[in-house]
Amino acid sequence: MKRHLLSAADLTLEDATLVLDTATELAQLTERATVKKLPTLRGRTVVNLFFEDSTRTRTSFELAAKRLSADVINFSAKGSSVSKGETLKDTALTLEAMGSDAVVVRHSWSGAPVNLSRFIRGSVINAGDGTHEHPTQALLDAYTMRQRLGRVEGLRVTIVGDILHSRVARSNVLLLSTLGAEVTLVAPPTLLPTGVDAWPCAVSYDLDAVLPKSDVVMMLRVQRERMGAAYFPSTREYSRRYGLDVRRAQALSDDAIVMHPGPMVRGMEIAAEVADGLRSTIVDQVANGVSVRMAVLYLLLGGAEPAIGSDDQ
Amino acid sequence: MSAAHVRPVTGDPAAARPVLQGPEVARAVDRMAHELLEKTRGGADVVLLGIPTRGTTLARRLAARVHAFEGVAIPTGSLDITLYRDDLRLKSPRALEETDVPGDGIDDRLVVLVDDVLFSGRSVRAALDALADLGRPRAVQLAVLVDRGHRELPIRADYVGKNIPTSLKETVHVMLTEDDGQDAVLIGPADTGRAGGDR
Repeated sequence: MKRHLLSAADLTLEDATLVLDTATELAQLTERATVKKLPTLRGRTVVNLFFEDSTRTRTSFELAAKRLSADVINFSAKGSSVSKGETLKDTALTLEAMGSDAVVVRHSWSGAPVNLSRFIRGSVINAGDGTHEHPTQALLDAYTMRQRLGRVEGLRVTIVGDILHSRVARSNVLLLSTLGAEVTLVAPPTLLPTGVDAWPCAVSYDLDAVLPKSDVVMMLRVQRERMGAAYFPSTREYSRRYGLDVRRAQALSDDAIVMHPGPMVRGMEIAAEVADGLRSTIVDQVANGVSVRMAVLYLLLGGAEPAIGSDDQ
Repeated sequence: MSAAHVRPVTGDPAAARPVLQGPEVARAVDRMAHELLEKTRGGADVVLLGIPTRGTTLARRLAARVHAFEGVAIPTGSLDITLYRDDLRLKSPRALEETDVPGDGIDDRLVVLVDDVLFSGRSVRAALDALADLGRPRAVQLAVLVDRGHRELPIRADYVGKNIPTSLKETVHVMLTEDDGQDAVLIGPADTGRAGGDR
């Protein structure tokens, strides 16, 4: 039985399309018809288990669960028994004993959600694990592309920046290839993971060559906090070669959009004028995150058994 | 997701017998349109909301017939009840259908819910809950093409295309040209799939 959403690879084309279609209808209900609260998950409990800082994702999941009438417990590692030495497993079992139906987990260890899914009865939703995956971010990115450009299939998507440390990049490559988009990764060689040639995408070191042929440009933040060594000579040099400044943005085709999963460093990977420009979907992405996470929660928890996701481990 | 739109005639198709066919469906809709005009005194402040999929189609047809008879344009939309169903927890989650409420909303309007088959009444109960979240209509009425009996809730229809007494074991399939390529109401023997009208 399918219960969890651990990786974007868990989603078939049908699953992913079902999530996007469901999110579209939910957005219609909550935005246009102004239904602020749906009764669908009444009596279900969703635990937000965040071992790593997050504003966007945690708030977004909390709002999504509340709009579907689920009860939400927020649990952050700071100020909990984790700081007293409790293990991930014991923390999770404690929360489950309190009757949680789903655990939304963010952890700095790649693979923590998979680990959790082995000893938890409810659904596990990966909200970002280390440098591994962030499947709901990929879903909301695909949703935003569909909203702005009408489709995902056949789109040329360029993902630029710190691919090595990016869970967003990996999840996007997996989901977008399932949905039929052509993905190109652009980064300095030092910021590409080993084995990237086995991913379903193209790789380039030259941003200027790729930009005119892109329908979507997704800029990623350089994750300094995950870097133990120097991966590029200087911020200025990185910015000059891989940053999306005003001049580069002019090379884009008229309809192309600029995305960023946030948090962004203005002036480094993206210029402020571009981030606030008409092409930018950065604010839309945040709003769409709520609808997409409502869809995921509904499809995993709304019925007798989930409609999407991965099998039991 | 498209599964929600396609309702195959399960069981033995040869054993399904038509109760209404082609022009008989059109006549029933015409009569309902006349009754609606009569009962709502010309259709003023009426909003037609169909329950997807075939209820939405029927609502559009009713509006078109009312327009043909008296030139009144009745705002028409659709109301998905999936998130309000009382049997959500019994099956895996279903794809959502479109909810499309006409621009001026439903506050202080006379909302006529439209569905293809009235059976247990549970869909209508869910629709009433959904309506309450959308606004506060002045009154709510119900129009169905087929009333097959076997109510499980105190709900009745205001406009009925045809009353068809059925046994609980039988299934009722409404087919409409826009969705199914032809107009017909079929009664079939028991099947294991979802029966016509929601339980």
